[in-house]
Parts: sequence; C-alpha cells; structure tokens
Amino acid sequence: MPGVTRKYVVPGELIVDGKYRLGANVYANQDKVYSTRVGLAEISRGEVRVIPLSGVYIPRVDDFVIGKITDYSAFAWEVDIASCFLAFLPAQSVFGRDYSPAQDSMLDRFKVGDLIAAKIAAFDRTRDPLVSVSGPGLGLINKGEIVKIMSTKVPRLIGKKGSMIKTVEAGTGCRLSIGQNGLIVVMGPPEGIAKALETIRLIEQEAHTADLTQKVEALLAESGGA
Amino acid sequence: MTTLINEQGLRVDGRRFDQLRPFKLEVGVLRNADGSAYIEMGKNKIMAAVYGPKEVHPKHQTLPDRCLLRCRYHMSPFSVDTRKNPAPSRREIEISKILREALEPALILGDYPRTAIDVYLEVLQSDGGSRCAGLTAAALALADAGINMRDLVVACAAGKLGGQIVLDLSDVEDKEGDADLPVAIMPNLNQVTLLQLDGMMTGEEFKTAFEMALQGCKTLYDAQKATLISKYFGKAEPPQQEVQEGPEE
Repeated sequence: MPGVTRKYVVPGELIVDGKYRLGANVYANQDKVYSTRVGLAEISRGEVRVIPLSGVYIPRVDDFVIGKITDYSAFAWEVDIASCFLAFLPAQSVFGRDYSPAQDSMLDRFKVGDLIAAKIAAFDRTRDPLVSVSGPGLGLINKGEIVKIMSTKVPRLIGKKGSMIKTVEAGTGCRLSIGQNGLIVVMGPPEGIAKALETIRLIEQEAHTADLTQKVEALLAESGGA
Repeated sequence: MTTLINEQGLRVDGRRFDQLRPFKLEVGVLRNADGSAYIEMGKNKIMAAVYGPKEVHPKHQTLPDRCLLRCRYHMSPFSVDTRKNPAPSRREIEISKILREALEPALILGDYPRTAIDVYLEVLQSDGGSRCAGLTAAALALADAGINMRDLVVACAAGKLGGQIVLDLSDVEDKEGDADLPVAIMPNLNQVTLLQLDGMMTGEEFKTAFEMALQGCKTLYDAQKATLISKYFGKAEPPQQEVQEGPEE
C-alpha cells in the first residue's frame, strides 16, 4: 500500500511531529503524536494510529461477540464477554416488548452456562454494555469447539477484507465465527477442527510478523497432506 | 563504620560514583497476570504483576469517571537477612501509596471508567533502592497489560556518601550514607512523578544528585524500551505489505 509508514512503538514514544488526524491509541501534545500502547504505529493519509499488541477487550457498538451466560435476574441475563465489563441481555429484547416475568420463563431460552453469539447493542461507558441476539447468526451456540485468543489479535485472524479467515476456512473445511472479544467458535469435521485450532494458535502467536500469510498457508498445506 | 568510598574513588561493590548496579529486565513473566515484569537491580529481585482493567470489588469503591488504581508493594519474609513479618508494615503501606501516585499520572485512567487496575510488587530479594526498581518494573508490567499510558515511568536514586554525590545507592550505602534521593520520571514528557529526599543536601548537592538520577533514569528507560520491543517484536522487521484491518473498515 502506498504512503503507509509503520514502526514499532512503546507507550509514550513519539510517533510523528506535525498535524495529523488522531486514530486509535495515540494522543497529541503540541503537535507531537505519541503512542499509548505497545504496538505497531501506522501513518497513512494524514492519520496516525497504533495497532495494539496487548490489552483487554473494550466493547464497541455493533461488535459481534461470543459470551457466556453467568446469571439471570427477572429482567435480564448477565453475559460474560471476556471484557472488564459484564454485559446484559435484556429479556425484552428476546421475548419482545410484552415480556412479563410471570408468563415467560427465561430459562426456556438461555440457561446459566450457555454460550451465545451476540451483538453489542449499546455501550456508552457510563453504563454496562447491552447485547442483543436478534439478527442472523445470533443466539444460542449449540455445536462447535470454542477457543479464546487475545482480542487484539482478532483483526489479524480476520485479515484484510476477511482474507485470512477465508484461507483458514478453505484449508480446514470448517466454519469460524470470530467474536471481536477474542472468542471463536469452530464448526466442522473433527480433523478439520484440530487443524483450525492449530492455525489459530499460530496466527495469535505470530500476529505481527510480515510473512504470516505464507506461514499459515504452509501449515495448512502440510497438515492437509498428512 | 565502613568506608563507603576508597582512595581510588571506588564504592564498596567496586562501582564508580556515577555507575548503576548491573540490572536485568524481563517482561511477560507470569501467565496468570494480564501484564507482568521482573527486575534485578544489583541484588534486588522484584516481581511486578498487573491485573485489570477489571470489575471493582468491593463495588462501592467504583469511580464513575475513571479507573481505580490500586498498588501493593510487599516484601517477602525471605527478602531480607532476618525474617520480615509478612504483614504490611508502615513502610510498605507508605511505599504502596507513593508508587501509586508515581504511576497515576502516566496512566490514562479516564479510558476505563468503573473498573480497577491492581498493581502488585513483590520484593523477592531486597538490596536498597527497591522502590525505584519496583516502579521501573511496574511501568513495564502496565505496558505489557496493554493499558493506555501517556508515558512509561522510570525511577532511579542518587545519594550522598561523605561529601560525594553517587548514583543508585545499594543497601549498605543507603543505611550508612548521608542522603538518599529517589527520583521517578516520565522520560518523554519530561515530568517528575516521584521525588523523595532522606537526609541532608545543600542546594548545589541536590542539583548534582538530581541530574545524576535523571541520567540513571535515561539509561534504565532505554533498557525498558529494548525489553518491550524484544518481547513483542523479537528481531522481526515491521511488516511492509500486510495490512491489519477488521471487517468493519
């Protein structure tokens, strides 16, 4: 890609000096742009941002996440989304507006311990995030293997316009549902799942290296032959 | 009293007046912590662990607009010559507080409202200047945990032995010497986050000692940076072609 400069940075390190739009994980002090994270700084088209290499998942509205029901009250389920915030799934968003705790049994839909695929419906940092399961592909997860990777490595696993995920799916014959919070459901034949898990681990460990795509292709081809 | 500086101008451990003790830094040493670091500074051995951001317990301590930073400096019973009672002493409680206050300005706590970050510093072996070494390790552990920071924090002490200003006091020098001046800075912002003085110095001596401590901090900062870079990037070159983008972009 033309006009993109990259460099490794640590918190507090000067990235560039000058007028730039500020992307994620940077801050400016008198026209000097500094990183706030350990990661890869990118300068392109007048914007500076840092792709972090560590850190917890911070929810963003419309993120696809995978969570675990940890508790429920009369009006909502509590969902662990592997973040520093507990998410809530309001019963009204599942049963509809006329939900009444007297008539509808919440346990019919989700029990404690169930895994769900959900979308972040609302999150403004003053309140805990709300999730929703209405939408295609959302709801109870009842089959597949679950893996957790660092949420900062998720963009790499997906790849540019989904290229990496397509490579892995084609190479293993599995379907991957990747939550932005780092939880992944792998569905497919057992030998494909084992291969996919191995590949996901490789991507997580080598997320920042330049020749990742080649390494992944090599791994998929090698285990495919065996 | 032992002579702290001999005729050749060398100190009890053979260092010159402006020399740091040999040190070693490591990052990401604990699996269970979100971020961790280990430092050896002379005979000091200190482990730093960071947990968080996470939910606050007890809940009533929650801050609505920012993250609660908690810090615990603790010396293991076996870290000193005669067994130390493991209960937090007056000194440890005070050091925990000043370390928290030294780290706070470097962290962007407003990014994590209603959460808590715990920083644990465990002194496994103590040899004077452990608050400075601990602080240096804590900043690394926080960076390792991926918490938004304005800058790293790095600390180093200077002191006075007889009339001579020296860098990085060891345990004996701290106990037998005339003054101890721990300094912590945010190196890129050029700001001081910790400054203590135990003993007496003239204005001139203070200036020399402060400058010397800053030099020590600079050396340690370079090591901090190198440690983080080698942990996260190894010897790899920055990728030139691959672009990391999520589906939403």
